[in-house]
Amino acid sequence: MRLILEKRAERSWKMALASPLIAIALTLIFGGIVFALRGVEPLHGLYVFFIEPLTDEWAREKLIVKATPLVLIGAGLALCYTANIWNIGAEGQFVIGALAAGAVPVLFSGWQTPDVMLVMLILGAIGGALWALIPAALRVRYKANEILTSLMLVYVARLLFDWLVRGVMRDPLGMNFPKTVRFVGWQRLPTWGDIHLGALIALIAALGLAFMMARMLKGFELRTLGAAPRAGRFAGFSADKAVYFCFAVSGALAGLAGACDVMGVSKQLQTPYEPNYGFVAIIVAFLGRLNPVGVILAALLLALTFIGGEAAQVSLGIPDKIAKVFQGILLFFILACDTLILYRIRFESKK
Amino acid sequence: MKKLMLSAAVVAMALGAASASANAADKFKACWIYLGAIGDFGWTYQHNEGVKQVQAELGDKVETVFVENVAEADSATAIERLARDGCKIIFTTSFGYMEPTLEVAAKYPDVKFEHATGYKTADNVTTYNAKFHQGRYVQGQIAAKMSKTGVAGYIGSFPIPEVVAGINAFMLGAQSVNPDFKVKIVWANTWFDPGKEGDAAKVLFSQGADIIVQHTDSAAPITVAEEQKKLGFGQASDQIKFGPHAQMTATMDNWGPYYVRRVKAAMDGTWKSQQSWDGMAEGTVKMAPITNVPDDVKAMAEKTIADITSGALDPFGGKVTKQDGTVVDKVDDGMILGMNWYVKGIDDKLPQ
Repeated sequence: MRLILEKRAERSWKMALASPLIAIALTLIFGGIVFALRGVEPLHGLYVFFIEPLTDEWAREKLIVKATPLVLIGAGLALCYTANIWNIGAEGQFVIGALAAGAVPVLFSGWQTPDVMLVMLILGAIGGALWALIPAALRVRYKANEILTSLMLVYVARLLFDWLVRGVMRDPLGMNFPKTVRFVGWQRLPTWGDIHLGALIALIAALGLAFMMARMLKGFELRTLGAAPRAGRFAGFSADKAVYFCFAVSGALAGLAGACDVMGVSKQLQTPYEPNYGFVAIIVAFLGRLNPVGVILAALLLALTFIGGEAAQVSLGIPDKIAKVFQGILLFFILACDTLILYRIRFESKK
Repeated sequence: MKKLMLSAAVVAMALGAASASANAADKFKACWIYLGAIGDFGWTYQHNEGVKQVQAELGDKVETVFVENVAEADSATAIERLARDGCKIIFTTSFGYMEPTLEVAAKYPDVKFEHATGYKTADNVTTYNAKFHQGRYVQGQIAAKMSKTGVAGYIGSFPIPEVVAGINAFMLGAQSVNPDFKVKIVWANTWFDPGKEGDAAKVLFSQGADIIVQHTDSAAPITVAEEQKKLGFGQASDQIKFGPHAQMTATMDNWGPYYVRRVKAAMDGTWKSQQSWDGMAEGTVKMAPITNVPDDVKAMAEKTIADITSGALDPFGGKVTKQDGTVVDKVDDGMILGMNWYVKGIDDKLPQ
């Protein structure tokens, strides 16, 4: 018997929805095997990892805190990937956003009225957008591959952050430790429990982008350019402008996420700062079917792997790398299952 | 075979953890947050050795739990998880955990917190550190005796007081043997990055240093020294197996006695917030066996260790001349804990 992949006549929308579910199921089965190999009873392990965090108010709040940057970044990336534009460097845009926002308390530590919060958030978004426009310009002007340039700029951003926080932005009273002053007053985001204002911003941003993609001409333009660039050109849409637009929007959202993270969670800049939300958000965008609303659900699931991973470390004594294994496996299975959207599997018996 | 043993060990650990949590209710829970992995064979490894000693000495009465690879910027969640999970005392073992530790401590006044290497305390937050510079002085003396080029390479992590004091103590030790001794400094700007640390060691050797000293956490520098048939020192733990022909000694962080003392104090209610700074006298700073050196060097080093332990010798005792030529009559503890200047003879500008 042979296994044959046969091209479908058209995209299967059923498979497009079923694929992430199959991928999650396969990840769970595989995860159970990993637990068994580590000497943990599989069902108990999966319970601690994926269910227990949801039963506890505190863990639910932490889940939303973790999901916030993933939603913001993931929604922006969904936009890019729909238009067939590959921004892989959201992590760098995130770091620059944090840096731009953090510059305000460093320069004006006494400025603590509500307007400072707004200025910091806006600076974060602008910082991320400008950083993202570099690979956009390189692609439009010089046809440089944006996957490589945006990815490489992540490392540039991290080194820039490191250099500034160790250098001129360092807390003068901090005994030379590589960190800035603590943010105070409205330099921090308002919170409900542990959830900060960023969660609300993320929700609004995702819903706004969903509306744009589904109901506005801009959304139609991006979908057309992504699915059929030639048709897009005939319709008068500019592919170059779309590149700038997608990078600017996704960069601004990543920068905003960085600003929210330092203003709501760490409340200061300190190096090394490599939360990797920008990379995890790539998984989020795909798992969410490149749909901003789907991204919200996907971000919550990925946030769960972070929170669950920590819980499993404490109560099961398994290493922290397990969470990363789950994230990697999940992306692997999604991409594999997505094959089924365009192809069907057929068994053929050998003659 | 190695793999098999490893997985057997892992399974054993997991089973151990599972059985420990079975009757956790009546046990005193002591918990640790680690910056690196327990397999770094340096800083985190050595903390974990201390934790093992707590478990061994206090046995059934305590349950020890740790979380490893906790990023500093996002550590509040992990610390709070431990506090909620019933930990009665929580040790956070990296400088960057300072603010998150204080933040969580304010929310959980009944839990005791101990933060390593920081400078801010609270009613339920103690800071603790060790006088690692005592070991650096011994290393400086050995280096000055053993170096043929008269130059040592020094890999720094961050220019914070603890690291600067280490460089100064090393230099003072070296100058007590050879007043013209030189040290070349490279800042790795990381606590743990074997690749970067190894590269830094290679660069320093190629620039004429024949002895390597490092204030970073991995065993990469001593491994490079072994490969290049040069000499060096282990950091944080005895790294002799990475440099059997290269390691002359190592400053070992021996946290066990301190951890046992503090966990006991927390158990019987005598725990108080303090700023602890122990050294060789208390056994927190220990030197690995002195190897790969002639007998007279070994004798000298052992005498220095004995003198520091007894208090007869203080690395920063007496007058100290700063890099800019000003003389400090007495370097007190406060100056060491906030050290931001080099001693005379160091040919480097402190990153400001």
